[in-house]
Amino acid sequence: MIGGFTLDLIALQLVTGVALGAIYVLLAIGLSLIFGLLNVVNFAHGAFFMVGAYVGVFLFGLTGNFWVSLVITPLMVGGLGLVVERFLVRPLYGRGIDYPLLLTFGLSYVMVEAVRITFGLTGLRLPTPPELRGAVNLGIGYFPLYRLFLIAFTGFIVAALWYFIERTRYGLIIRAGASDPEIVQVLGIDIARVWLVVFAIGTGVAGLSGILAAPLQGVTPEMGVPVLAEAFVVTVVGGMGSLGGAVIAGLLVGIVVAMTSLVAPDMAKVAIFTLMAVVLLVRPRGIMGRAGGMG
Amino acid sequence: MKTHSSTTRRNVLKGSAAAGVAALVSPQLFSIARAQTAPIRIGFPVPLTGPFGAEANDQVKAAQIAVKEFNDAGGFEGRLAELMVRDDKLNPGEAATRTLELIEKDKVNFIVGSLSAAVQLSINNVSKERGVIFNSISQSDAINEAKDWSKFTFHEALNPHITAGAVGRYAFGKFGKKVAFLTADYAYGHEMVRGFQRVGKDFGIDTVADIRHPIGATDYSAFLPRIQALQPDILCLCNFGRDQVISITQATEFGLKGKTKLVAPVLLYTARQAGGDAFEGVIGGTSYYWGLESQIPSAKALNDKFRAANGGAVPSDYGALGYAGVRSILEAVKAAKSTETEKVIAGMRGLKYDWYKGPQYYRACDHQSVQSVVIVESKHKDQKDKNDVFSVVSIEAPDEAKLRSCDELGHKA
Repeated sequence: MIGGFTLDLIALQLVTGVALGAIYVLLAIGLSLIFGLLNVVNFAHGAFFMVGAYVGVFLFGLTGNFWVSLVITPLMVGGLGLVVERFLVRPLYGRGIDYPLLLTFGLSYVMVEAVRITFGLTGLRLPTPPELRGAVNLGIGYFPLYRLFLIAFTGFIVAALWYFIERTRYGLIIRAGASDPEIVQVLGIDIARVWLVVFAIGTGVAGLSGILAAPLQGVTPEMGVPVLAEAFVVTVVGGMGSLGGAVIAGLLVGIVVAMTSLVAPDMAKVAIFTLMAVVLLVRPRGIMGRAGGMG
Repeated sequence: MKTHSSTTRRNVLKGSAAAGVAALVSPQLFSIARAQTAPIRIGFPVPLTGPFGAEANDQVKAAQIAVKEFNDAGGFEGRLAELMVRDDKLNPGEAATRTLELIEKDKVNFIVGSLSAAVQLSINNVSKERGVIFNSISQSDAINEAKDWSKFTFHEALNPHITAGAVGRYAFGKFGKKVAFLTADYAYGHEMVRGFQRVGKDFGIDTVADIRHPIGATDYSAFLPRIQALQPDILCLCNFGRDQVISITQATEFGLKGKTKLVAPVLLYTARQAGGDAFEGVIGGTSYYWGLESQIPSAKALNDKFRAANGGAVPSDYGALGYAGVRSILEAVKAAKSTETEKVIAGMRGLKYDWYKGPQYYRACDHQSVQSVVIVESKHKDQKDKNDVFSVVSIEAPDEAKLRSCDELGHKA
């Protein structure tokens, strides 16, 4: 027993925190990728998350298969990201960080209203796939199977992204483009296309987290709003533009929320921001951020 | 042929002078003439967007039935009713602004609406200051209390004291005394917990956890392992709308139902529809369930009208309240033969009515509608169709003695 709680409960709470963190990780990766490589602060990230959930429900209604929807949703949301980058964000490159920030901010409102008009105000439901329903006994208590799947699936996506960026030729170009776009261009590489792809991946991952979150919390036009704030906290704590940072910070935030909820449920929301404040005081660039990353 | 009257210059002058004088001395005459045909406007602020959106939209649909019914019957002295729906966004400030606009700009005669224990107090504040009748269709204990109440305040909905009381009386005896609470951290949740605790004293319940979550929370997983470990007999989910859907869904996923009975003070029809199978076996109170139509003729009448207007759908609990809230006012207008506030107040106080759920009346001291509480259990397998989601397990008859006394609320006898 620690502080009135059994070790089993504390362990189970830790698992809960990791599962919560998994969604934070996915959200923050997309945000961090776009910021780190394009220097665009994407305020429409929550809206892409929401669109992902709606596309998921729509595809599920069409196919009746969660797994097919899970594969197609990020492709479609990424496709939307392509269009947004090409026609809205691209004209603003080189004009200072606040231009795309304001644009995506406005865009998020347009996206939310468009969804309200198309799908209604009251929200929809995406059922948990039958094979992932119910709880399993972990030895320390019962835990929902779907949340375990979330942890595993997030691990897979993170590994795949890491491999793509760190180990493939195209990943090398992306990284080179991030550190010195001019040289990359001089070398005869179409940097605009690289940025297009990165924006699509970032928004696609946001859409993916949307469909993954849908069975847990339902689908509503406003679901991206609180998520955006949380994703920014995770990104800031982890360090803007760092994949590893997003993973560590996402899990950390999830665990902090879970542990605070156990001892002082009222403080859970505040704890996220306290964590951010502490990290910013001790290490302003975030856990794994580069110094002066905003430049 | 000779014309009888010719339009002479003198006649024209005379006529127009007379008309001019009449217009100058009696502008009131014109406005009275207009008032007799002016619509009876009912302002209807509800949270169309946000976590209670599903319930609010149903309130609007049902309120429109009451308006149509009134208008189809010819209205009042030729004056038709008009519903002016506004989105209060579940925000007390927004609600106050919208209500003020409805009163000042749209010149509404009455206000009906709200769907939040907290927001209705802000609407009530504005309408009582302006001397406009407000019939609240959302649960609240505070609105009955002397410090918030005014003679313009009516409360069509149940209140947490009587709802949680009825559900507690049913559940604590049946399922056990070890009780955990998971509560939305705002007036509604707090009042429900207080209601449960008060009736719980008679049963000697043991509160093992009292956890508060922010309103509109989307993840409850962090609270659930602890509740699981405590193994309570009953988990009371004192939350509403989307919060209820998500918390019950997630509690079910955590396998809580194995050892614990899930109980909601207000088990929402709309939430059950949105949540699906996860609600199986959940017990709760409600002001209304469409299935009452098998035993109550007025319920059948409302359901039939609602079905006809909404493609076969049935009214939800809070939807039906939207209907009753508007109908009470319009019937009081007819009874009082006036739209004047004082007379309509007297009309409402005199109503003994059965709009949709059996006999009701407004208690004299606080205008609380005295009415039955229905206890329902969520079905799963034996549903006849998609509307058939609850079975009515008990009905607590209308009884003033189950309300807090006028004395306790601070009303002078």
